[in-house]
Amino acid sequence: MSPSDTRPPTLIPTNGLVFLGVLAAVAVLVPLLNLATSPDAAVHVPTYVVSLLGKYLTYALLALSVDLIWGYVGILSLGQGAFFALGGYAMGMYLMRQIGTRGVYGDPMLPDFMVFLNWKELPWFWYGFDLFPFALVMVLLAPGLLALVFGWFAFRSRVTGVYLSIITQAMTFALLLAFFRNDMGFGGNNGLTDFKDILGFNIQSDGTRAVLFFLSALALGLGYVLCRFLVRSHFGKVLIAIRDAETRVRFTGYRAENYKLVAFVVSAMLAGIAGALYVPQVGIINPSEFSPANSIEIIVWVAVGGRGTLVGAALGAVLVNYAKTYFTSGFLAPYWLFMLGGLFVAVTLFLPKGIVGTFYDWREKRRPSPDALGEPLPEPKPAE
Amino acid sequence: MISSARLRRLSCALLLALYGLCGALFSQPALAQDISAPLAQLATDNYADTEAALGALALSGSPAAAGIVAALADGKLVFSAAPRQVFLRTETGLVDPLTLQPVADPPAVKPVRVNNRVRRAIEAANGTLSLVSPDPAKRLEAATAVARSRDTAALPALDLALSKEADPKVKTALTLARASIVMGQPGVSDAERIAAIGLVGAEGNQDALAILQGVPADSSPAVKQAAADAIAGIERSLAMWSMAQNVWYGLSLGSVLLLAAIGLAITFGVMGVINMAHGEMVMLGAYTTFVVQDAIRTYNPGLFDWSLIIAIPLAFLFTGLIGVIIERTVIRFLYGRALETLLATWGISLILQQAIRTIFGPTNREVGAPSWMSGSFDIGQLAITSGRLWIIVFAILVFVALLATLRMTRIGLEMRAVTQNRRMAASMGIRTNWVDAMTFGLGSGIAGIAGVALSQIDNVSPNLGQSYIIDSFLVVVFGGVGNLWGTLVGAMSLGIANKLLEPYAGAVLGKIALLVIVILFIQKRPRGLFALKGRSIEA
Amino acid sequence: MLNLFTQARRAAGRAAVGATALALAGLTVPAHAQETIKVGVLHSLSGTMAISETTLKDTVLFMVQEQNAKGGVLGKKLEAVVVDPASNWPLFAEKARELIAKDKVAVVFGCWTSVSRKSVLPVFKELNSILFYPVQYEGEESERNVFYTGAAPNQQAIPAVDYLMENEGVKRWVLAGTDYVYPRTTNKILEAYLKSKGVPAEDIMINYTPFGHSDWQTIVADIKKFGSAGKKTAVVSTINGDANVPFYKELGNQGIKATDIPVVAFSVGEEELAGIDTKPLVGHLAAWNYFQSVDTPANKDFIAKWQAYTKNPKRVTNDPMEATVIGFNMWVKAVEKAGTTEPDKVIPALIGVAVPNLSGGFSAMMPNHHITKPVLIGEIKDDGQFDIVEQTPGLIVAEEWSPHLEGSKDLISDWRSPLNCGNFNVKTGKCGGAGN
Repeated sequence: MSPSDTRPPTLIPTNGLVFLGVLAAVAVLVPLLNLATSPDAAVHVPTYVVSLLGKYLTYALLALSVDLIWGYVGILSLGQGAFFALGGYAMGMYLMRQIGTRGVYGDPMLPDFMVFLNWKELPWFWYGFDLFPFALVMVLLAPGLLALVFGWFAFRSRVTGVYLSIITQAMTFALLLAFFRNDMGFGGNNGLTDFKDILGFNIQSDGTRAVLFFLSALALGLGYVLCRFLVRSHFGKVLIAIRDAETRVRFTGYRAENYKLVAFVVSAMLAGIAGALYVPQVGIINPSEFSPANSIEIIVWVAVGGRGTLVGAALGAVLVNYAKTYFTSGFLAPYWLFMLGGLFVAVTLFLPKGIVGTFYDWREKRRPSPDALGEPLPEPKPAE
Repeated sequence: MISSARLRRLSCALLLALYGLCGALFSQPALAQDISAPLAQLATDNYADTEAALGALALSGSPAAAGIVAALADGKLVFSAAPRQVFLRTETGLVDPLTLQPVADPPAVKPVRVNNRVRRAIEAANGTLSLVSPDPAKRLEAATAVARSRDTAALPALDLALSKEADPKVKTALTLARASIVMGQPGVSDAERIAAIGLVGAEGNQDALAILQGVPADSSPAVKQAAADAIAGIERSLAMWSMAQNVWYGLSLGSVLLLAAIGLAITFGVMGVINMAHGEMVMLGAYTTFVVQDAIRTYNPGLFDWSLIIAIPLAFLFTGLIGVIIERTVIRFLYGRALETLLATWGISLILQQAIRTIFGPTNREVGAPSWMSGSFDIGQLAITSGRLWIIVFAILVFVALLATLRMTRIGLEMRAVTQNRRMAASMGIRTNWVDAMTFGLGSGIAGIAGVALSQIDNVSPNLGQSYIIDSFLVVVFGGVGNLWGTLVGAMSLGIANKLLEPYAGAVLGKIALLVIVILFIQKRPRGLFALKGRSIEA
Repeated sequence: MLNLFTQARRAAGRAAVGATALALAGLTVPAHAQETIKVGVLHSLSGTMAISETTLKDTVLFMVQEQNAKGGVLGKKLEAVVVDPASNWPLFAEKARELIAKDKVAVVFGCWTSVSRKSVLPVFKELNSILFYPVQYEGEESERNVFYTGAAPNQQAIPAVDYLMENEGVKRWVLAGTDYVYPRTTNKILEAYLKSKGVPAEDIMINYTPFGHSDWQTIVADIKKFGSAGKKTAVVSTINGDANVPFYKELGNQGIKATDIPVVAFSVGEEELAGIDTKPLVGHLAAWNYFQSVDTPANKDFIAKWQAYTKNPKRVTNDPMEATVIGFNMWVKAVEKAGTTEPDKVIPALIGVAVPNLSGGFSAMMPNHHITKPVLIGEIKDDGQFDIVEQTPGLIVAEEWSPHLEGSKDLISDWRSPLNCGNFNVKTGKCGGAGN
């Protein structure tokens, strides 16, 4: 399944091969062991674990999208959650329309929350979402368009550094408030939920879950390859140059803002896809996904895994979320914020380049031949 | 003028009541009436009965009435179920409400219950009774209360009080009260009505508007015209005042934003640390206030009015100390890696939140307002609440103090030197490490002081900081990173813009519009309102 | 024992033991799983909702301890499994799945916000387990796997409005709420109700604010203005959570007293008042189904035990706590009636179960999975407690589908056979809402 075996090693470095290999194994084995083995078998993977891992994978893709712009272009977006949520809403709207008459009020046209608010007609922006292809287009278009407009203004005006970070945060905060409003027609605080099926398949069946899981793994794999492709190309070299010295790039004759814009839009679309895969597996999308704290957390995943390593971003997302799952149960539950907070502080202090970055350093010290390792570690940008 | 027989009866009763009260005051033999019936009613544990009893008591002329009403208001009026009887609770025990003699064999008693309806009846009774109080302030209050209640029954009492009143201020209030009542009365001559309309209209406030709108529909065209003119006049002036009021609200919100952001202007603006734990410093300051108040309540309740004054230095020292600890243990390893400070301080903020949750519990803690911070006063039609006024004053004081510290003290000079050129400063003999710690401590301490003020208007809960962090960053960035004046202007303009938008767009859309405006503004001025000039910005 | 094992497994659907696979994912199953009956606790212990939900976690732990002291259930001890969904709605769904599928709990007590309930609903349906939801909510829901022990709008809002109309002569109404489903529905129902009582539209003002709204100057000034039009005015507040404290502080600041414009709130209880200086609030009202100040032996006993359990003589009790206690006792009774914890047996057994509530009566689980409750109106006292000024004479049955709403006026819910339906349309005679 994994495209790793067909790509030249310059595109996919050793660590990427390992990553794709593990991903491919997980993508195949987890659904297989869930579906094909009896629940009593020793190797059986319970559905609970499948949906949990599926969620992690979509987070990993989201982290990847952040790493593309933060690690390689130096854009610290504190609003990446907004693109994720928009993708999720696009998918959620499709799933909502699929409910049809099976909602609690049984209205064939209107989702439950509209009946509940006494709405008589479907708002115009809900049209088309009963068609899966349209929803798929919107999954890419909604976040992509927002990123395009936002980025076009921001990069052209040369808003950089913390100023950019804070206005991305303002953007997601504004969207959070907007989606909270019941009058907006997106279900207010409750968001969209109670989904029944996707493309005719029961969304709660083990088979659908397995397919969604597989698709998440596939999207993550392809997303990784796409990001690698981008950063290894000439385009990517310019991006890295912009990260390290934007003014110089501009003086060399490049239109830095256009490069940034493309990367920003691609990243937003990746986040949108992650959101679209997240929603059917989690079963709900609501405005809390827009909350600035969520977007900050994404940054934290990337930093823990290792900024500018791609593989690290994905790893960081899975590890931090696994830690969250683990710490929020059992006797640790009242103290999990101490653990998580402590983890963040410890990583910054002791693994400044993140887990993967530190691993690279360690390997480099032992065997100083960077070519064999693929991408040399990018130096962090000096203080803005 | 008082034509109906019913009113005449009422007036007689009221006059009797007033004479009774005066009698009590001047220790003349009172026209004491039998008040056993209302007393029995008070013991039935039924609000309607209590209300009726209060009315009867106010009119009874009994010298004991005022005492009973006051006891009821204080929750010191108690009753026993069998036999149905009321008593006054005093320090020494139960006493008979009439004779004030101790009860020999006190039965099991419960306080007579008071709800809003009874409370209003108490106010009305007190209002009527205190129209002839010897204290002019009380009379003024009573006149205002009567004007607001527009209680027809109070008219004779008003007339009586008017005829005796010497204090011009009280007299105006009484005249106004009378006019308000007369307005809606049947059988009042047009001339008198129009005069009343003129009087009320001159007040020009919301209450007056309400009174004027109450002009009966069957009045003559002249009266209606006069009322309509007066209403239009009031509405015009109110519209202007409401603009001023919104600006005032905006200043007040701006001062809150300023307080929340000003510490961040140091840690983030000056030092470049993306300090996500800033909100938690504000929270720690608020909790310091809680602890101080708790200690004062336990050990020396008399000091309560001073609690905030005491809390300010303690909050500054405590959060400043926490700030220094954070700087020494974490931040100092991260200079030059601004973005990584985001990660570390985010972790610290989670830890601090959970620590407070573990120590103080997840629920809100009560922080009271000292008496000098409660209440409000009017300037024209502008309602100014003292608490908000103090917060504005306080925010400006903090701002000035901080500016002075940076401009005029040695440590301020060193701080500026270190942030502008660390190496140069070091080679001039400045202990840069120490200055870093002090700067971060200063920023954190200021955040703690902000917490003391914010505890007065917001929840004191572990989530307090989270609600301010986004706005704080927005203010600092909008104003221009590294510029204190920018933070001041940024906070005030965001506050005022928000409050001017809110009446038109509503609270949510107003806030969204404001965020969009800030985003667009940053496109125009990518370095905020007050951009730093020079090469350092491209670093 | 074995019986229970099979049942629990069936309940959990296809997700089952597979200890090795779990270990592969790093998630381990405790070995002594079958010695006790597990009770899941799904309340946020961190994040924005911790402020309200932590107490309910403690309540369930307290009830478990009490029940175990009485010898447990079906001869087994109860064991509480606590997780922290951290006020994060998708995490609620994840944790619910974990409790049911991994920990194999027999029942879950949890959720506070509507969105958290909505987010776990599909999980409970899929894995066929039982959720007890202890908070007043907007209604418009009745699910087979959920038992609602909090108030529906007609068990809280309408009696409160009636009280204000009759006792305070209120003619003009401000409906102020946080912009989410519960206030929206409650206000819709109240608006329809007020209009049916002859209140003209211009005497109703509706205002929504975002979550955590902290600057109330403008809105309180508007309320003051609205209330000075010569008619007695009251505010019906469905303002949620943290926004209440600044709201009440602003009311106090602008000098609005309860005798001028009373505020009746549906989300402010003893726990919330513990964080406010209540002296300026005396006389403002709240409507609940329980107050700590309820004067019954059962309540006194409960408070004493609760304060002993928490080792805090000042610890307050509140309405959602009572709802949790009622739900817990109902579940115990139903399990004993059914002789098993298997959801398919316990769910039907729960209907008709009646347990004493703390206000001196019995609350019964009705076929619509809601319970009967008395409605109490309380005025805030200066010590942070409520003075109960009115209590409905009898118990009120929940209207899970409000007759005042367009979409739900024809719907009823009855989970007994033969109907077995949560949204039966009496007009079309079909289960499944208005659909065909």
